[in-house]
Amino acid sequence: MSLYAAAVQPFFEYGFMRRALVASLSLGLSAGPVGVVLMLRRMSLVGDAMSHAVLPGAAIGFLVSGGLSLFAMGIGGMIAGLTVALLSGAVSRATVLKEDASFATFYLASLALGVLIVSLRGSNINLLHVLFGTILSVDRDAIVMVGCITSFTLITLALIYRPLVAECFDPAFLRSVKGRGALYHLIFLLLLVINLIAGFQTLGTLMAVGMMILPAAIAQLWGRTLFTMAALAAIVAILSGYLGLLLSYYLELASGPTIILVASILYVISLLAAPSGLLMRRFNRSHLSG
Amino acid sequence: MGSYRARRTMVGHYLGHCYSMNTYAIRLSDVTLSYDRHPAVHHLSGVFSPGSLTAIVGPNGAGKTTLLKALIGEGGQVEGTIDYGLLTSDDFGYLPQATRIERQFPLTVADVVILGAWRRLGPFRGVTSEIAEQAETALSAVGLSGFERRRVGTLSDGQMQRVLFARLLLQNTRVVLLDEPFTTIDDATTRDLLSIVRHWHHGGRTVIAVLHDFDQVRAHFPETLLISRRAIAWGNTADVMTEDNLRRARNHSEAWNDGAAVCIESEVIA
Repeated sequence: MSLYAAAVQPFFEYGFMRRALVASLSLGLSAGPVGVVLMLRRMSLVGDAMSHAVLPGAAIGFLVSGGLSLFAMGIGGMIAGLTVALLSGAVSRATVLKEDASFATFYLASLALGVLIVSLRGSNINLLHVLFGTILSVDRDAIVMVGCITSFTLITLALIYRPLVAECFDPAFLRSVKGRGALYHLIFLLLLVINLIAGFQTLGTLMAVGMMILPAAIAQLWGRTLFTMAALAAIVAILSGYLGLLLSYYLELASGPTIILVASILYVISLLAAPSGLLMRRFNRSHLSG
Repeated sequence: MGSYRARRTMVGHYLGHCYSMNTYAIRLSDVTLSYDRHPAVHHLSGVFSPGSLTAIVGPNGAGKTTLLKALIGEGGQVEGTIDYGLLTSDDFGYLPQATRIERQFPLTVADVVILGAWRRLGPFRGVTSEIAEQAETALSAVGLSGFERRRVGTLSDGQMQRVLFARLLLQNTRVVLLDEPFTTIDDATTRDLLSIVRHWHHGGRTVIAVLHDFDQVRAHFPETLLISRRAIAWGNTADVMTEDNLRRARNHSEAWNDGAAVCIESEVIA
């Protein structure tokens, strides 16, 4: 079997692989840029917390619909995620706890609650599917929903680009011109939640945030401007999705962890080879001192 | 509300003839500013008159930043009244302390300067060629011609401060508030930026700056407000910056650091 055949055959042969591929490509297109903004806002851990926070909502949706229905789990996850985001924001404003600390407490509670809810009614297999995803469940409706989320995310990011960037770069300035930074922060949190939900089926709730953080970290090593970073992150996310699906097919591995591990390998390569990475820094230093 | 509006149009009518009328003054009467329910600045009364150039001086923790923030309506609770006359929040340009800015953000110098046109552009409108030209002019005024495409992460502290001054130039506001604009900045940059402050002063803008360098204050700022949790002195710089006043400011702040959280002056009054 030639390399080319190996690279495309599974997608020709199986409908579920095709659908998983389309879902991954679409997801990467929006999760990459969202991840870049997340990282530049120093909110990587908030993104992580959020991916746990959506779990109880997703679990309830899972129980109500009786299976891995992206729509039911998505609605539940969105409600849970936004509730945690708003509550932890309110707690950090009203008490001495910083926002990341209150996020951490809320997400631990949510994660525990979510796992309990799923294990109450479902089998262990179900729990694994919810946590780590299964490409077998990607159906037509799921693809349409992921596509809608991607389109909405990219259009919204383009619309709120200026205030969002201004709010990360110099929040005091934006406040001084009455730029309503809090509103854009909230819109961005919404984008974060819906992108996590889009990653539920191929990646699972626990891994969904990986599709944002890893490509964004890689993009930051290679890119110089915000636009190139966002574009690179999208490309890396798409590439990881494709390679991860292929590997998980041949090696019979769970798709979510495989995709994220592929992204991790790309990250290690970038760490070594990128202009601001380890090897180049070393080389440059010896060049200067020599 | 109605009478306010009436006053506004009436005064607006005379504006062209009579700039010296105190309509653009900021009047503080018995202002006490609190932060987390601890009073930070006490019983401050006085006027920043239009076109004045005032330095705010005082020991660390004297409430200088708190006062600047209160002037733009930010921060803790305000007791007493701050009367802005005809000034609205759109008339204030504010330069926060340099450390509050995310310098590693992948933005270009031009991006940052054009943020100064926020009130004209808002969050959505496109940048016109007119505004881009103004940004170029502002950059050349601060000695950074040709830096448009540079990333802010590659700038030195002094160059970054020049960029932020260019942003203020683009904001073009009646009142400019500067919080420690020359701390950690090299001498050449400080000289250039001080000349921009002078330019604002000659153009009739009200400039209020928190400063640490007493020689700088004496050389360039006609008026000074010396505070240490309360006003020690406010007026002509020569009258304010006396050895006696400065010692009082120091002593007052040291006495304060002993942990008193209550308002001593009001206790005395009570």
